[in-house]
Amino acid sequence: MKITDELLHKMAHLAKLEIPENEREALKKDFQKMLNFVDKLQEVDTRGVEPLIHITQEKNRLRKDEAILKLEREQVLKNAPDQDGQYFRVPKVVKK
Amino acid sequence: MLKGRLSCAELVDHYLTKIEASASLNAFVEVFADEAREHAMLVDAKIQANTHGRLAGLVLGIKDVICYEGHGLTASSRILSGFESLFTASALQRLLDEDAIIIGRQACDEFAMGSTSENSCYGPVRNPIDPERVPGGSSGGSAAAVAAGLCHASLGSDTGGSVRQPASFCGVFGLKPTYGRVSRWGLIAYASSFDQIGPITRSTEDAALLLEIMAGRDDRDNTSSSQPVKPYLAQLQQTENKPRKIGYLKEAIESPGLDPEVKRRMLGLIEELKAAGHEVEAVQFPLLDYLVPCYYILTTGEASSNLSRFDGIRYGHRTDSAAELDELYKKSRTEAFGAEVKRRILLGTFVLSAGYSQAYYEQAMKVRRMIREATAMLFESYDLLLTPTAPSPAMKLGEVIDDPIAMFLGDIFTVHANLAGNPAISLPLGQTENGLPFGIQFMGRYFEEDVLLAFAHGLEKQVNFPVNFGLM
Repeated sequence: MKITDELLHKMAHLAKLEIPENEREALKKDFQKMLNFVDKLQEVDTRGVEPLIHITQEKNRLRKDEAILKLEREQVLKNAPDQDGQYFRVPKVVKK
Repeated sequence: MLKGRLSCAELVDHYLTKIEASASLNAFVEVFADEAREHAMLVDAKIQANTHGRLAGLVLGIKDVICYEGHGLTASSRILSGFESLFTASALQRLLDEDAIIIGRQACDEFAMGSTSENSCYGPVRNPIDPERVPGGSSGGSAAAVAAGLCHASLGSDTGGSVRQPASFCGVFGLKPTYGRVSRWGLIAYASSFDQIGPITRSTEDAALLLEIMAGRDDRDNTSSSQPVKPYLAQLQQTENKPRKIGYLKEAIESPGLDPEVKRRMLGLIEELKAAGHEVEAVQFPLLDYLVPCYYILTTGEASSNLSRFDGIRYGHRTDSAAELDELYKKSRTEAFGAEVKRRILLGTFVLSAGYSQAYYEQAMKVRRMIREATAMLFESYDLLLTPTAPSPAMKLGEVIDDPIAMFLGDIFTVHANLAGNPAISLPLGQTENGLPFGIQFMGRYFEEDVLLAFAHGLEKQVNFPVNFGLM
């Protein structure tokens, strides 16, 4: 599998990252190396094997849908880079 | 201390002085000096009144990925600059309830991604045994601090060896519990199906005591286990001399990447173990070459998802130069994540993306099942599995930082326990001619930390432990 500019661009967009022009070639090379490395897994014959999704041996436990942790609004907003005392502020989303 | 010869206040002052004198190691991101002094006086009063908890007098450092209410927390990343924890991790709370004193938070690889503690926004951590070398990672600050005598013990986190490998590089003990043994609530997630909090200590006693208090079901982490917690500390002496059946990985010892001094020690240890009455045999693990690729597909996938919460909206770094929302996400993340984190997020995004997830992510989940089953088969015949902790002792600073693959391959012996979920411990059993320590790893059956710890405890008498804690 070859990493092209297009694929790199697409992954960066999905990951919400920008790739500065001057870092692109180096990153492409690293990405390619990492991918070649993990490609080794394709050799393993996994026919008939179920994917292992849960590593815990606990049974699912249901509980009442009650909030346990109660944070005050003030606390929640405390770490925000931009807020107005009520809400987090973000740049305008809907364009005219 | 309980006899009144030494007070907690004096002890904390001693550590604070040493931390200051060792600032060049860069082990601590923040030292809670005043608070630790005040806390020490409270604990001293409790000792006088005989109302103290089991950890009275224990001074602990915590890796910068563990929440402690009212204290800064950054995962050594710029994206969390200025962040303050709103609650305390369950594991840490249990230690605080037994009167542990927290002296500060310790530097690590950004979001626990790395094996050298060089990927940190605070600059590299140095190894106290040789400051030109790395302390290992990702819990490098935590292991360096214990080895240099800057605190009694540290809490690290281990996703693919991040407690055991730095313990190996710094000549101390590092334990990764069984997946689910310790609650992950309040631990910044890297790869949720791999992460475990674990102690880094100077003795098996300290590791046993810390685990005994931290372990157990926590309703806020649904993957935490409801299996009863054993009295690890009391069991240390009861079963330490029990002969064990130990398998060692033949491929590991014959691997060309293994440092010759590590190999020699491994072979020597096998003979010493046999002489001490243990049964030691070579075993095969044909999936060895697939461990690291499988680990990187799954952990980067989980990481890309876990780290999507860092968007510059609710906390952490936000760019100054975005006019619209998508640009704000992208610029904030691009400005604040380091190179290794970005590489792993990109790979993780790829392995999960439409069109590729079946060939990569799903294939890796299948291989993980095969690894778990093959490992369980070995544990039907053996009590313990023996490997080096890492292929070599500590590298020089800068030696592998630009080569992600070289760094990945160093994880080959440690990722096994995280992929399968088993507990594993790194013991300071080796030292090179140049005086660099290195660890030997034992992996155990699920929830048999008692066996691991008692066996490790017994080893101190049975075999040659070359590392003395001369830095104390």
